[in-house]
Amino acid sequence: MTLVLEQLLNGVQLGVMLFMLAAGLTLIFGIMGVINLAHGSLFMVGAYAAAVTAAQTGSFLLALVAGLAAAGVLGMVIEFVVLRRLYARDHLDQVLATFGLILFFNQSIILIFGRQPMFVNIPPAFQGAVELLPGVPYPIYRLVIIAVGILVALGLWVLITRTRIGMLVRAGATNREMVRALGVDIRLLYTVVFGLGALLAGLAGIMAGPLTSVQVGMGEQILILTFVVVVIGGIGSVRGAVFGALLVGVVDTMLRAFLPGFLRTMMAGSEADALGAGLSSMGVYLLMALVLLLRPKGLFPAHG
Amino acid sequence: MGLVLALLTFAALAAIPLFPDLVGGPATITLFARMILYAIAAVSLNLILGYGGLVSFGHAAYLGLGGYTVGILYAHFISGSPFLGLIPGTNQLLVTVPAAMLVSGLFALAIGALSLRTTGVQFIMITLAFAQMVFFLFVSLKVYGGDDGLIVRRPNVLFDLNLRDTTTMYYIGLVALAAYVWLVARIVRSRFGRVLTGLRQNERRMAAIGISTYRYKLVAFVIAGMGAGLAGALMANLQRFVSPDMLAWTKSGELMIMVILGGAGSLIGPIWGAIALVGMETALAGWTEHWQFWLGPILICIVLFARGGLYGFVASLLKRDGR
Repeated sequence: MTLVLEQLLNGVQLGVMLFMLAAGLTLIFGIMGVINLAHGSLFMVGAYAAAVTAAQTGSFLLALVAGLAAAGVLGMVIEFVVLRRLYARDHLDQVLATFGLILFFNQSIILIFGRQPMFVNIPPAFQGAVELLPGVPYPIYRLVIIAVGILVALGLWVLITRTRIGMLVRAGATNREMVRALGVDIRLLYTVVFGLGALLAGLAGIMAGPLTSVQVGMGEQILILTFVVVVIGGIGSVRGAVFGALLVGVVDTMLRAFLPGFLRTMMAGSEADALGAGLSSMGVYLLMALVLLLRPKGLFPAHG
Repeated sequence: MGLVLALLTFAALAAIPLFPDLVGGPATITLFARMILYAIAAVSLNLILGYGGLVSFGHAAYLGLGGYTVGILYAHFISGSPFLGLIPGTNQLLVTVPAAMLVSGLFALAIGALSLRTTGVQFIMITLAFAQMVFFLFVSLKVYGGDDGLIVRRPNVLFDLNLRDTTTMYYIGLVALAAYVWLVARIVRSRFGRVLTGLRQNERRMAAIGISTYRYKLVAFVIAGMGAGLAGALMANLQRFVSPDMLAWTKSGELMIMVILGGAGSLIGPIWGAIALVGMETALAGWTEHWQFWLGPILICIVLFARGGLYGFVASLLKRDGR
């Protein structure tokens, strides 16, 4: 039972991470109609910048600032140099151009930092574990991630439903042309939304660093999972991103934790482990297929 | 003009092995054979992407499934134990290639049936996600090599031909390419092809004139998947090796780039695109280890500035001369 609770929290923690990426991706798509594969690169760059700063200075705060700055600046550069030219193009061109960006960024990271994965220490303040229930210790750092994720979700909710920018974002997602026709500087709105998405991706990368190794290709791994989240939740919907991310995070973690053990009751140990690992990797995609069968537009479709 | 360019392309491709010295020695025949096989996959993707407007970001899955069909049938042929206790292994090319196309086609049917319920950007993401699912399936299948892939020690048998000889493989690939291009040409000119093109231009209008669009898209999706399966089966014989790398999502991206680079929606453009991209990758890789550093920006420039691809460029040149 304690193991189930622990894995459930791990699932929520993965979900929170996915949410930060999915929120940016879904907003960018909702507002600008752009599908940005390089979103995973922002995650990777944030993680690398934070890892290097932490290794050099030993300060987690500086690492946080560096990671956010790197992701934010890079995001704006991408928007200015490449994506701005793609708003009017079809999705195919957007996919291919941002695919080119991924090749470029991955190889740049290899050129600068090499292929060796980097490891980041958990900041001293968040080391150790607390007992949630008597006899159920849980790492503080993971709880911090969950807390940050909840704060981000609340912040986004306030931003979108209670502020003027949020109103424009909602209006832009509903009808881009109309917002422009009413005299809103849509370019500025684009930059704000893109910058926000980049910062969230960078933040997720920074926080992922101490949990997994920081390496080239980490961005694509999570990007494709983020796609699943966005499709399940409904494209363009932040609410959908919340539920989709939690669902995918929990289902993925639970399958990974318990499926091999379950299979081992039926077949030989090593085979069960391999098959279990494979099936649990496939699990979220099957979940997506199921959702699509019932709701082709996702659980919380943004428009109609 | 399209026919003339197609005939010229095939004549040039057929002549390449006759003049090995011109193209840089016999060793490069392997490279050209790879180009030919990627061309089959690119032409198949072009059927749905270029003509049908269906942006499938998971086409490498069918390539890999075709390759793995050959690899798995060969593994069971060597071990003597039938696959799933039912299907005996084989190394006959005339059996393995149709089997590969069948397997790829069946997967395309299942994946297409689900994915085609969506459109636009969802379709892109879903085809990608399903391809990842197939990728993870083969990574986890330790029986068939898992991460490390599967070695096909001897190529399949076709009559008395020596398939170890790359020139022979090259011509087999070329014949397969010609046959598949012929098929696509027939499809495009048929009523079915007209409907497919109409779907790209305006699906709602096609539905309004009473066409059940889903069925057309699904059939095209399956035919394209089978083409990629054919390419994969031959590739497994050429490389004598299959690995999850063959169905990685980057491979799907490369196939899309071949189509766009050559010219989407043109019959032989994707062939040029495959030759150009594989050639460019090989040249860059021979020059620097970090060739993707250069390939990335080149791709962005191609997307941003080269509308219509190589085929569109040549066609516009020829038109200007004709005037």
